[in-house]
Amino acid sequence: MLDVRLRHQLARLPLDVEFSTPKGVTALFGPSGAGKTSIVNAVAGLMRPTGARISVSGQVLCDTDLKLWVPPHRREIGYIFQDARLFPHLTVKANLSYGRWFSRHRNQPNFDRIVEMLGLGTLLARRVAALSGGEKQRVAIGRALLAAPKLILADEPLAALDSERKAEILPYFERLRDEVDTPILYVSHSLAEIARLATTVVVLAEGRVVTCAPTKDVLQNPALLQYGDKHAGAVLQMRVETHHADGLTELGSAGESLLLPRLGIAVGSPVCVRIAAQDVILSTEHPTGLSALNIIAGTIKQVHQDINCGATVAVQTAAGVILARLTLRSLQALNLQEGSPCYAIVKSVALADTDQL
Amino acid sequence: MIDVLGPLEWQAVFLSLKVACWATVAILPVGLLTAFALARWEFRGKTILNGVVHLPLVLPPVVTGYLLLLIFGRQGFVGAALQELGIVFVFRWTGAALAAAVMAFPLMVRALRLGFEAIDPKLEQAAQTLGASPIWVFATVTLPLMIPGILTGAILAFAKALGEFGATITFAANIPGQTQTIPTAIYAALQVPGQENKATWLVMISIVLALSALLLSEILARQARRRLGA
Repeated sequence: MLDVRLRHQLARLPLDVEFSTPKGVTALFGPSGAGKTSIVNAVAGLMRPTGARISVSGQVLCDTDLKLWVPPHRREIGYIFQDARLFPHLTVKANLSYGRWFSRHRNQPNFDRIVEMLGLGTLLARRVAALSGGEKQRVAIGRALLAAPKLILADEPLAALDSERKAEILPYFERLRDEVDTPILYVSHSLAEIARLATTVVVLAEGRVVTCAPTKDVLQNPALLQYGDKHAGAVLQMRVETHHADGLTELGSAGESLLLPRLGIAVGSPVCVRIAAQDVILSTEHPTGLSALNIIAGTIKQVHQDINCGATVAVQTAAGVILARLTLRSLQALNLQEGSPCYAIVKSVALADTDQL
Repeated sequence: MIDVLGPLEWQAVFLSLKVACWATVAILPVGLLTAFALARWEFRGKTILNGVVHLPLVLPPVVTGYLLLLIFGRQGFVGAALQELGIVFVFRWTGAALAAAVMAFPLMVRALRLGFEAIDPKLEQAAQTLGASPIWVFATVTLPLMIPGILTGAILAFAKALGEFGATITFAANIPGQTQTIPTAIYAALQVPGQENKATWLVMISIVLALSALLLSEILARQARRRLGA
């Protein structure tokens, strides 16, 4: 869908990336300063790279070798900015319609459908200044969609919001992914967001592509965890087994089970859970006398020492790979090596997206 | 009391308003373009353009008036060419308007430039990604957001044009009923003993006009800002 080859000297580092993305949501992931926003701006045409070839669905937008350059207003790319960027002199309705004034498409997206999908019906007559942060971002999503884009760019659209607003907006992006056919390039440095949304992840560091792979593979790779935030961790696909009377729900997969607070999901449904690496403790023996409920046996698959004097360990269990963050000292004290058996004690489990893996 | 003002003085009042209005309206489009270029574009000679724009502000007004005579006078290189076309500025009310316009121009450009610089270029980028060409971006985003800045620039220019004296008297002279404006009429009244009454009335009219213009622009700008939600 989107093919990018890009070389450009940024203020702090040289950017030199090449990747292709399939349909669906592709996450551009990496620490701040890795060049994520520059790539998105080059795709949108807001930045003019020194050497680049960028095409969307076969249509070339920029090719410096051929001296080809499509100006941003002809690219038909919807851009959802981190800071919404709504037009303050227009009402919500006029903001939403703005892109349609210029669209050359016959089959424009249905206004009412998008408004309904994003829950904007009651906001239409309002002025932008009267909206909350979450509402503004929803209007920004709608505005980008209604311009009938061939590709949607979202540059950390949740980063400026507090966690409650994030929880409010994230489901709309899931609906976008599931109900709208347009491919999405989603910039984020939050693995939690990526675990829920993305189908493919492009990992960037220091202006280069570290890897470009399906989300599940990326989330299982301990070497990549160092680029993530404190919630980074692996994703397991499980099934709801039982709802216990004491308020816990039991999930199971290949004979292993996890207990977590009651989920409102029917028995038998598949669920994805995300286990943050920092919430996993490793033990060489089966622990006793411990309050933790979730203890899973496995073997060490991979140990990766990262730059900030810690280590990430991938544990292969029957249910899948679990990642654990340790200090180098614990790593040596336990003498953990690839192939050695161990027990993963999981302190907490979060529900990831239900249908993405 | 107010009948101390004869028809010539009233003509000076109306001529002042006419001159100030024309000067403001005429320099607005040029001012917008200049201010936009200075605020947003990087180009060779930007410093020089900025200097030339500000020249009337720093030169003695008499010097500006004399330069206008040299350029737009009947023997001036522009004035002579325009005379062929039947357009004469010097010693006409249009000359007073031209002098006022030139003197008011830097004030207007300064206000407009501040206005442009206060607009977030990120909003214009957003408009571009939604399919608006640069001209449409300017018309649908930049210009509407500029309304408070335009009002400020226009009122500054109008007030300056209303009070312009040095360049006007040098370039358009002080012909009662033809090129005499409020400031030059006040000056003329003060030259003749026993006409202090006239001068006082003209001064009061001048104050009322300036204050009303200021108030009107303040109200309009406040309305515009409220609509922008700021």
